[in-house]
Amino acid sequence: MLQIRCPWCGPRDEPEFRYGGEAHLRFPGNEADPAAWARFLYYRDNPAGAYRERWVHTAGCRQWFHVIRDTTSHRILGSYRLDEPPERAR
Amino acid sequence: MRRLRPGTATDPAKPLSFRWNGTAFDALAGDTLASGLLANGVRVVGSSVSFGRPRGVMSAGLEEAHAFAQIGEGGASEPLMRATTVDLHHGLVARGLSTKGTLVQGDDPARFEKRHGHCDVLVVGGGPAGLAAAWAASAGGARVILVETTARWGGALGRDLELIDGAPALAWVDRITRDLAARPEVTALRRTTAAVSLDQNGVVLVERLPETTPPDRIRPIRRLWQVRARAVVVATGALERGVVFQDNDRPGVMLASAVRSYWHLHGIAPATVVLFTTNDDGYRTAFDLVEAGVLVRVLDARESIGPVGEQARARGIEVLSNAVVAGTRADQAGLLAAARFQAGRRQGEWPCEVLAVAGGYQPLLDLPAQRPDQSHRIVGAAAGQWSLAECLLDGLDAGVAAAEAVGFGSPGPTRPVVGPDWDRSPGTTLWQVPAPDGDETRSFVDLHRDVTVAGLDRALGAGVRSVEHLKRYTLAGTGIEQGKSAKAAAGAIASDRLGSEKPLGVSTGRPPTEPIAFALLAGRARGDLFEPVRTTPAHPAHVAAGAVFENVGQWKRPRYFPRPGETMAEAVAREARAVRTGVAIMDASTLGKIEVQGADAAEFLDRLYLNRLSSLKVGRARYAAMCRLDGTVFDDGVVMRLAPDRFFVTTSTGHAASVFEWMEEWRQTEWPDLEVWTTSTTEQWATYAVAGPQARTVVQSVAPTCDLSREGFPFLGVRPATIAGIAGLLARVSFSGELAFEVMVQSRHGLAVWNALLEAGTPLGMARYGLEALSLLRAEKGYLIVGQDTDADTSPIDAGLGWMISDKDFLGRRSLEMATHRRSDRKQLVGFLPSDPAIVLPEGAQFVADPTQPKPMTMIGHVTTSHPSPTLGRSFGLALVRGGRDRIGHIVHAPLEDRTVAVEIVDPVFYDKAGARRDG
Repeated sequence: MLQIRCPWCGPRDEPEFRYGGEAHLRFPGNEADPAAWARFLYYRDNPAGAYRERWVHTAGCRQWFHVIRDTTSHRILGSYRLDEPPERAR
Repeated sequence: MRRLRPGTATDPAKPLSFRWNGTAFDALAGDTLASGLLANGVRVVGSSVSFGRPRGVMSAGLEEAHAFAQIGEGGASEPLMRATTVDLHHGLVARGLSTKGTLVQGDDPARFEKRHGHCDVLVVGGGPAGLAAAWAASAGGARVILVETTARWGGALGRDLELIDGAPALAWVDRITRDLAARPEVTALRRTTAAVSLDQNGVVLVERLPETTPPDRIRPIRRLWQVRARAVVVATGALERGVVFQDNDRPGVMLASAVRSYWHLHGIAPATVVLFTTNDDGYRTAFDLVEAGVLVRVLDARESIGPVGEQARARGIEVLSNAVVAGTRADQAGLLAAARFQAGRRQGEWPCEVLAVAGGYQPLLDLPAQRPDQSHRIVGAAAGQWSLAECLLDGLDAGVAAAEAVGFGSPGPTRPVVGPDWDRSPGTTLWQVPAPDGDETRSFVDLHRDVTVAGLDRALGAGVRSVEHLKRYTLAGTGIEQGKSAKAAAGAIASDRLGSEKPLGVSTGRPPTEPIAFALLAGRARGDLFEPVRTTPAHPAHVAAGAVFENVGQWKRPRYFPRPGETMAEAVAREARAVRTGVAIMDASTLGKIEVQGADAAEFLDRLYLNRLSSLKVGRARYAAMCRLDGTVFDDGVVMRLAPDRFFVTTSTGHAASVFEWMEEWRQTEWPDLEVWTTSTTEQWATYAVAGPQARTVVQSVAPTCDLSREGFPFLGVRPATIAGIAGLLARVSFSGELAFEVMVQSRHGLAVWNALLEAGTPLGMARYGLEALSLLRAEKGYLIVGQDTDADTSPIDAGLGWMISDKDFLGRRSLEMATHRRSDRKQLVGFLPSDPAIVLPEGAQFVADPTQPKPMTMIGHVTTSHPSPTLGRSFGLALVRGGRDRIGHIVHAPLEDRTVAVEIVDPVFYDKAGARRDG
């Protein structure tokens, strides 16, 4: 079970959160060409190592935020608010 | 063996009795089941699992591979408990096991609970290193949890008589534990095992609480701790290992440290002992027992015996060097009678009651082995520190380092003085003594699993070369004790047998280190406490009315309200008829409800829903649906506009949480610029649907001041109203096609308003109706239920909601524009009529175009809703059918188990196609 730092509530156990997949995807808008739309819908990066992903504190403040997690070790390298750049992760 | 004196662990002032295999025995408080049996001369405790050989207690701890017992009797008994880890209490009932034993039958009457723990430093192990670490870590105020798997602090100090600071080591243990008890931030738990190591220093502990006879069913017998520590110190110590030789499983063959432990802790000693040792530490058992008057002889596997051996000889103990046990001889009962030895060229046999084997120590690392990231600090004997002084210093240093790493100070210099110290280092390495006659079928590597050297040979002969395969092929190391006594030996002996240069190693240790009962994992979450139950405010009234309930998620919803003697079909037909011809009421309070407020609320909803909601006028409602990004139907509901900047949105019962989360996700992550707020109000409102041609009369009588006329309160109107004296909302929405009013009041008034409505309806014979009747009524109108009549591939166009799609932007629009959504062979929602109006097809039944085709048939669709309809006077239903709209008027077939039913595909609206009845 992971312990995740919610930027608003502090460190909490994983069951309080819901996973939201890869972070920093850009919504291409409804004018996107089919290939771009398909990429947005179905294609996700899958790195071995640091991965920026979205989480939401469902059983807490219900805020979405970003987490950097090492997919090889499960170590959480930091979390940051939606309005912060990844460099602010802590 | 007999008890010659009370040991340091047992209290002669507290005698107790227990039953073993039906016989009563006396013991003392502080005894384990194993020591209680040994004190009473019980040498055979069970028989081996594969060969049925008699087995006796072989250890004094976790590594026990023989003495398994069923503890307790009747409803709450536990199988496969190691007698060495069960603390005796008065009245305990146990029996020896040779097989698996039996689990609790039915409900376990014992109580189990779970709790969370948080600390700066978790110290696992209450021996010298662990105590030192916990003491040092907590000196500066850090919050420390210290756990010890046995009932005693001190670990090996209980059996190894040493001096710390000039006093017996147990006095040091007392001093340290008193210090710890005085520190408010320290939680010290005995009988507690660290079983699982999780990410980020999460550790699962199993605490065994003292039990009594008769059992106390209020207090738990086990507690599962989920601990999150900022630092973890592992001081789990080392276990002595045996040596494999022929007939090494006889009752009476024990670990040397265990023999010493039973003597010091419990005062139990045998009359004669042969010690077989590979190292100096084993001699402690010889020296201590000689003092007790036991006849001891020593077989030392080393070429020369060294100073400790000389010391033994000086004390009159017979010592043979370069000597090994080649086998054992048993008496007629199968008990150990003598050790056969080989010392150089000399062979012989020494009679003995106990053969104590000292094969060297092996760090117990099954907890940190679970963490490949090596985030634990391992100290003491677990880290291969073989002297007490090193263990203490290692523990102190680790405690200080752990506390400092998480921001706490250290206790300052304290260096306990140990003396004289013993060397616990391994001596010579000896895993196995080959059987003199070459028969290795009785040389046991895994005593629990009955795996012999011959068994290893068989695996190697089959080509097994990996230690993991060896484990699975032979089962060596898969026992209850998680291979603590067998894993390393299996790998090492297999390497020897292969003559391989490279050792095979040790198979991976997996969590948990100790078995965890399922009942403990469940904790209190059993029966009524398994899951929260959500009930509506009018629930007591439904219970009183004899409702049959259905679980919808966590909600309890009335399915139907049978009258005495009525079947479900009869009740549902009566309830449905009441809606069509008179008036009936249903509790719709479980509907998801979300308030959406703010200057941009209308724009927000426009982006989420297929249809335009910004054009909705205040005081009006609109049926609306939303898609997922891939263009499939996500949810539907009614959106009501209460004010220009305030909307009241309903969702289906099952989607209340996911729709709310979906709204929040888009509001926060993509549209933070919108001025809009969402609030879940599902539980704040009680909602009742009053439906039927006479609904207006009923509602009018509880809301006399409200204009409910056809003109004054048109279909899809919403307005505040006073209902039975309570301020609430009225809406004219209908899921049955009949004239209907939805009454909404605050939940705390829900029961009163429900009762008021029932009373108002009594003169008209108003019925209650449940989910079954609702499903029937809405299906007659062709109204779909998302998730029942749609699946994860159904688009709004497929579902017949294409009319809802507006020319504005909304989530999922891009996907709906894809060519795949315009294909005519998509599965579309249609109605169907079985050719035989008496046949009700099962929901989920498949349709085929040609029932004579060979199997497997090509399936073209399936039944999603199916009912007998009292209104239509026949069976009917809804189905998702490939190219369904083009098949309207055509016949398809539903092959059932025993027959094939011809079915006509029809328009999904079966009743009141013109929609004339909604105005009453």
